[in-house]
Amino acid sequence: MSPDDRRYTKEHEWVMLDGAAANIAVAGITDFAQDQLGDIVFFELPKVGDSLTHLDKMGEVESVKAVSDLFSPIDGVVTEINEKLLDHPELVNADPFGEGWLIKATISDTAQLDGLMTAAEYDAFTAAP
Amino acid sequence: MTSENLKTALYDTHVPLGGRMVEFGGWDMPVQYPSGILAEVKAVRTATGLFDVSHMGRLYLSGPKATEFLDWVLTGSAASLAVGRARYCMICNEKGGVIDDTIFYRLAEDRYLLIPNAGNRPAVVAWFQRWIDEKFSPGCTMEDVTASTGLIAFQGPGTAEVIDRLADTPLSGMRPFSWAERNVQGAPVFVGRTGYTGEDGFEMLVPGPDVVKVWTALTGSGAVPCGLGARDVLRLEAGLPLHGHEIDEETTPIQAGLDRFVRFDKEYIGSTVLKDQHENGVQRKLVGFTLPGRSAPRAGYSLLDQGETIGSVTSGSYSPTLDTSIGMGYVLERYVESGTTLDLDIRGRTVQVTVTELPFYTRPRRT
Repeated sequence: MSPDDRRYTKEHEWVMLDGAAANIAVAGITDFAQDQLGDIVFFELPKVGDSLTHLDKMGEVESVKAVSDLFSPIDGVVTEINEKLLDHPELVNADPFGEGWLIKATISDTAQLDGLMTAAEYDAFTAAP
Repeated sequence: MTSENLKTALYDTHVPLGGRMVEFGGWDMPVQYPSGILAEVKAVRTATGLFDVSHMGRLYLSGPKATEFLDWVLTGSAASLAVGRARYCMICNEKGGVIDDTIFYRLAEDRYLLIPNAGNRPAVVAWFQRWIDEKFSPGCTMEDVTASTGLIAFQGPGTAEVIDRLADTPLSGMRPFSWAERNVQGAPVFVGRTGYTGEDGFEMLVPGPDVVKVWTALTGSGAVPCGLGARDVLRLEAGLPLHGHEIDEETTPIQAGLDRFVRFDKEYIGSTVLKDQHENGVQRKLVGFTLPGRSAPRAGYSLLDQGETIGSVTSGSYSPTLDTSIGMGYVLERYVESGTTLDLDIRGRTVQVTVTELPFYTRPRRT
């Protein structure tokens, strides 16, 4: 079960408002995504200051067997990336919804989150054959 | 969802173990288990790992002309192979291109066991049958026992100790590339001291009804079940070619740097081309290369020199054993020297790679 304190995309990213600041969102990939990828070895993430566009490519994730594009769940500007992932990308396998977050960004329009899937919708989406 | 793919005798064992099943060479095979590829690679490098390789073929070649037949279709000599021994070599077409690479075992004066790759088995069987019918019949027959048997690869530095405990008489004294027949947990098993991981290990041909029992005894000994993902990383670290990547029907063993598995003394299919290439050189050759970091070169990526494409990648991966990324690929002959630096295009990012001697990994000598 995915946590219900955040929203989800069909590209298997999650996004939620960061508790600390009202217009900052934090985003990552889902447990389903990390499980499908297997052992993650490398992230190519956007840089602080980069602009993000909803559902545009923002980076890449590599596992031993595969490369996948990362898509931004929102419009915004990157304020922070999870530096720990540079040396420890496996944090995303271990804790995709917590320690393994990918980026923080200002969110242009918080209403954008309402257009994304809820946890229940996302779980139904990933359970579909 | 019903799958048209073939299933090994261990399919119903892999699924409850959490094996993630994928199609490979026409078979449903586990690509990994829940512990993941990195943990599986580590098990094989440091302890023991277990692979279901029943998707690979098992062909018996028998008869008074079997030796002569194999010396016609293989790059390695059957005539000079002693009974009790095994040899790695290629099956080539008339152009010297590789139909498949294989290990074959001499079982008796006029009987051999040959292991083709899963996806190439139909092509190898058709190719062999054509030449048997054309030149070696009567006197050589082929029997495909792939469906009625299983094949298990038990690999890692700890395997000799474990197998001595499980077999009726010890096996650890076996030389590399030799075979023996033993009872393992009551099952009659054909054991070769061979593998595809760069580690010590044993490959076991088991009658179909006994496969699960032997597998379970080995996992019970602590062997970690490993999938095709780990197998690919391990063989790449060991610098071993994979058919469809480093070698194929358009590529010769000489281009792949496999000269030591090719005879140049006798005539056989492809020998004229292979001899010519061996003596006069080739335009492009297989090299290994390393790059810093963990981003992997992948098949098809371009290798460049000053912006000009001079080669392409055939395989690549992050190597957990060496903690760097490694790859193999074909380059123009003037770039094959170790230490040569080239540019690799990783999806638009340019990364410098360094040509390196193969293999990347050699197992430590143990006393």
